[in-house]
Amino acid sequence: MTISTGNSANNQFGESMKPTGRSSDQGPTAEEYMLPSAQPVQLVGPSGEHIHNDRYPLPDGEALLSAYEKLVVGRRINDQANALVRQGRMAVYPSSHGQEACQVAAAVVLEKDDWLFPTYRDTVAVITRGVDPLGVLTLLRGDWHSGYDPYEYKTATQATPLATQLLHAVGVAHAAKLRGENTVVLALCGDGATSEGDFHEALNFAAVFHVPVVFLVQNNEYAISVPLKHQTVAPSLAHKAIGYGMPGERVDGNDLAAMLSVLGKAVDRARDGGGPALVEAHTYRMQAHTNADDPSRYRAQSDVDEWVPKDPITRMRTYLGNLNLLTAEEEQRIAGAAEETASTLRDGLNSEPEINPADLFEYVYTEKTSQLREQAALLADELSREGA
Amino acid sequence: MTDTAVRSGSAEKAAGTTKTGLQPLTFAKALNTALADAMEADPSVIIFGEDVGPLGGVFRITDGLTARFGEERCFDTPLAESGIMGMAVGMAMNGMIPVVEMQFDAFAYPAFEQVVSHVAKMPNRTKGKVKLPLVMRIPYAGGIGGVEHHCDSSESYYVHTPGLTVLAPATVRDAYLMLRDAIRFPDPVVFLEPKKLYWTKETLDLDELRKEADDAATAGSTVGRAVVARSGTDATLIAYGPSVPTALAAAEAAAAEGRSLEVIDVRSLVPFDDETVTASVRRTGRAVVIAEAPGFASVAAEIVARVQERCFNSLAAPVRRVTGFDIPYPAPKLEHFFLPSVDRILDTVDELQWEDA
Repeated sequence: MTISTGNSANNQFGESMKPTGRSSDQGPTAEEYMLPSAQPVQLVGPSGEHIHNDRYPLPDGEALLSAYEKLVVGRRINDQANALVRQGRMAVYPSSHGQEACQVAAAVVLEKDDWLFPTYRDTVAVITRGVDPLGVLTLLRGDWHSGYDPYEYKTATQATPLATQLLHAVGVAHAAKLRGENTVVLALCGDGATSEGDFHEALNFAAVFHVPVVFLVQNNEYAISVPLKHQTVAPSLAHKAIGYGMPGERVDGNDLAAMLSVLGKAVDRARDGGGPALVEAHTYRMQAHTNADDPSRYRAQSDVDEWVPKDPITRMRTYLGNLNLLTAEEEQRIAGAAEETASTLRDGLNSEPEINPADLFEYVYTEKTSQLREQAALLADELSREGA
Repeated sequence: MTDTAVRSGSAEKAAGTTKTGLQPLTFAKALNTALADAMEADPSVIIFGEDVGPLGGVFRITDGLTARFGEERCFDTPLAESGIMGMAVGMAMNGMIPVVEMQFDAFAYPAFEQVVSHVAKMPNRTKGKVKLPLVMRIPYAGGIGGVEHHCDSSESYYVHTPGLTVLAPATVRDAYLMLRDAIRFPDPVVFLEPKKLYWTKETLDLDELRKEADDAATAGSTVGRAVVARSGTDATLIAYGPSVPTALAAAEAAAAEGRSLEVIDVRSLVPFDDETVTASVRRTGRAVVIAEAPGFASVAAEIVARVQERCFNSLAAPVRRVTGFDIPYPAPKLEHFFLPSVDRILDTVDELQWEDA
């Protein structure tokens, strides 16, 4: 089934995407290319139907099937991580259950030498990018603040303070641009972070320096307990883009096809020298903020239930199934791959982490100060006496 | 050549100073020359901040750098300090050595979260995988008749944050050498420039200075090292940044009265040079710590504690402090009541139990 939404009046990631500047008389006006679509872009609806969009082509079947597998694995990671918290193997886990289409798309639209700047809720995106899952969960297990080398997969540490990492993304892109490298940076944040000053400064800096950063806001409607209406009265978060002089777009964040298409286009545009863009993904935090949260205090279960039929996995399974791209055997193979990842997480987290108290002093400075040498010796002495 | 370069005259004239040999140099020009020399030596050194481009900074410390090195290497940013600092973190992560200017001490506060949560912690967070070789230059402290928000001694905020290296030069010579060292340092440096010293002058041999900064044997040697700014035998004055000239003036006045005071210029607040400081106090047996910042829970307080812990048996009197009062920095017509003065230092030295009462 194909539904056409002739939504052509005010879109941006289309053909005439080069910024025109304030003084330009040619080309589309800022309003025409910077304001987001009237409705979030959707290419595959909740019932698995294809919805035609003039500007955003549907990714091909192979790309969708490959991303679908990552979606299923991502859901399994969320479920397994939640279980490991309940079993006391991890301190905390901010789940992205329901947001997996955003997570997967953010990872797969990037090239190897591009950079990803994730937050604490983007564990699935980081693992999808290729980072060792146990390294990723080091932060949440609590044996160090980060457990992977950011340079190996060009993936920054998961940011815990809100919106601060967006500026780092701008800096990485700026440095790459000065060296003439073709790097694109994708920076993630949530709806709550759009209220932070650093969100504003990052978008402004990115636009002023015309650097290749794509900002992806996962609007999951809640910042812990606070609903979006208390963060902003803007028509949408994507509308904020025009204030910085960059295009904004909104997309159904539970629609993997739309996420891939819209993000992919923004990334291509950035790589071609078109500058930064802001993408708002409409999604929903299906679970608590973390295991320490009690959502019953601030939202009704019926609100959550409304989002169940919009699940990103169900609709993609239906769509791919209807096209005979997803066979029963394929489905089984994917389930097996998901189980394998879950088992890696279980095995890794069920073994005791190796912690070394000497590490406490090792990385504060390149060379320890005399004061840190004294303190390291003090702790070593205490430990040796305990051991004796 | 850009319009900027044309307006500023030739690059030779505009760019820091490319002169050589013995010459009078201001503190500001020494910093400017250090920046130019560092940019010349390493193409990854990059400067940005507010008004640092064509204007050359409100104190002209970046004068001529845009004209000489181009707009890509010395440029103005939107007026947002957290943005400046956050972008510097990303650039340092990706191969650059950003040297950013915070226009005034109190205007650096919007960058505080970036400094404390990321600049200071990123190397530790990543077990040294990510290094942040960047310098945050801050014109700081008072004594210039500045209005509110232009005279804060903000060093304690940075010194109290593990992961930061905090330097404060007090002489023209150190302004050059320490900034070169800061830019070459592998970890993030907060570089505190005492505003009231910007216009002080020394006659220095730039060839010698450059050689000292570049020579493998001496390069980097200012980090973590205090110096004896004046030798003496009766008591030690411990000062840094804007308070060093005041301490030296006090020592000069005391000498006229027959009392020999040693002056230690701490220079490097972090790492702190316990060795030089304690060696002096053990020799003299008396110490006064001098700093402009409010004394409560301050760098001066820390120095007193460290000296007492390490020199107790050598002390003939309690270690004292002469600091700013525990009040917000005063308005220009009142600042002289606040700032440590020669008289206040000498009065305090007089109280160091020179004889049994």
